[in-house]
Amino acid sequence: MRKSRLWSWFWIFIGTLYFVVPLLATFEFSLRARKGTLSFLAYERVFKDPAFWKSFGFSLELAVFTVIISVLLIVPTAYWIRLRLPQLRGAVEFITMLPFVIPAIVLVFGLIRVFSGPPLPLTDTYFGTTALLVAGYVVLALPYMYRSIDIGLAAIDVRTLTEAAQSLGAGWGTILFKIVFPNLRVAILSGSFLTLAIVMGEFTMASFLVGIKAFGPYMSLIGQNKTYESSSLAIISFILTWAFIGLIQLLTRGRAEGQMAGAR
Amino acid sequence: MSNKADMKKASHNRGVSLTRPSKTPWLTWLGVAPFFAFTLFFIFLPSASLLVGSFQNNAGQFTLQNFIGLLTPSVVNAYWVSIRISVVTALLGGLLGFFLSYAVTLGGLPQWVRAALLTFSSVASNFAGVPLAFAFIATLGRTGMVTALLKAWFGLDLYAQGFSVYSFWGLSLTYLYFQFPLMVLVITPALDGLKREWREAAENLGASGQIYWLRVALPILTPSILGAMILLFGNSFGAYATALSLTGGFLNLITILIGSQIKGDVLLNPGLGYALAVGMVIIMAVTTALYYFLRRRSERWLRI
Repeated sequence: MRKSRLWSWFWIFIGTLYFVVPLLATFEFSLRARKGTLSFLAYERVFKDPAFWKSFGFSLELAVFTVIISVLLIVPTAYWIRLRLPQLRGAVEFITMLPFVIPAIVLVFGLIRVFSGPPLPLTDTYFGTTALLVAGYVVLALPYMYRSIDIGLAAIDVRTLTEAAQSLGAGWGTILFKIVFPNLRVAILSGSFLTLAIVMGEFTMASFLVGIKAFGPYMSLIGQNKTYESSSLAIISFILTWAFIGLIQLLTRGRAEGQMAGAR
Repeated sequence: MSNKADMKKASHNRGVSLTRPSKTPWLTWLGVAPFFAFTLFFIFLPSASLLVGSFQNNAGQFTLQNFIGLLTPSVVNAYWVSIRISVVTALLGGLLGFFLSYAVTLGGLPQWVRAALLTFSSVASNFAGVPLAFAFIATLGRTGMVTALLKAWFGLDLYAQGFSVYSFWGLSLTYLYFQFPLMVLVITPALDGLKREWREAAENLGASGQIYWLRVALPILTPSILGAMILLFGNSFGAYATALSLTGGFLNLITILIGSQIKGDVLLNPGLGYALAVGMVIIMAVTTALYYFLRRRSERWLRI
């Protein structure tokens, strides 16, 4: 038994090393902006750059709209399928898994082809392009949002709650917004934070649709000509990711053991 | 609202929920219409458009030329590099992830190690794209910390040995940063599902630990392990942002080739670009189907 425990510690050691060393290296690198001494100069420069705040704010807006649309789209659908259309469950589950089959780069290729000319010329206007990007993000977030909400729905007795509400005279709007949504708040919030984590630094779709206006492409641009600032950006986004995942774990009290996103 | 109207509404609603017509009324279907409309416009239409485009030539006529064009050496090479990097990182990430997961489930480590590992894995599997590339440049780049330390401590000059973070192996090491944590997340429930009774039963029948693993545990786990590795394969096969920001597009991956095709028509033939994308979706579809098949298999024994 002792030998096997030693072996276990060995693997944990390797894993920790793999996990921590790049972060340490990046952090150390980000402190070297001032020659000869360690300083937070690179961070100061990043925070002083108006383009940082602008792109960060823009991506945050995109993320918030993505979350709102995903929730409004998926919660009623998943609820209705459990209540009335169980025969569609397989089909909907299949569709929510499609983003795993269609990588972001292929999806954005198709979106541009469909929406860059008549009859649906979305990319002609600023609003249209932004809306298209949000739609793309809703697709990217679909598997995670749906899974989270479906697990949440499984934990509540949808049918009884609905019938109880109806017998007290509640209409569909009341049922959805006063009963289903509040009962699903943990599932919705954890799906939302994962979506935030995915969208905030997203590069692939953003770079083709809106360019450096978004945070991911902005980071990429910094990486091309500013070495130390790019390391500090890496640390900042790592902290962001950590914060979103931490919030999910806090919300679900560790019940959601693993949160995973797809290829980037 | 008047009392009467309230009652009328309530009784109407109750009527809806209590009568179970054998055929679903068409109004019921309206409830899922927004979802299907959305996915029609933003998943199916784009995919169908690429598929149609891949069978058309520049004049819009039907052709198979685009798929024949996939056989040009540079395209074949891009697919090949993408597949190799995905296989390498799925295998290595899968192994490391499995051992880590084993250590915290059956390896007799304290509970806090498990909690820490799963949290780390959630974060790291989501830490991909541009910032991850930056992190690995700071680690294994020419002036990176690990490069410098290896030189100072062991006199080992990685770059003199032909290593570069911008190369195949550099990108593989970078992908591993999100691959092995994903393996931990996917395989831990399977390892949790191994019942203690199975081990006890095997031991009562005189099996050693080794025999138990070879004859009982591994056969049960194999579909889960293979399935998880396939998931890892797809995860790096579709990755674009990490590779582009690390190698600046110099490594000829299929996603990078598609990316440059979107930016400007580098292949001088839009149809070939669509065929590239369709080819990629086919590979992803096959791997995903395999994953679901294997997951079904593993669910026979393990409830995950």
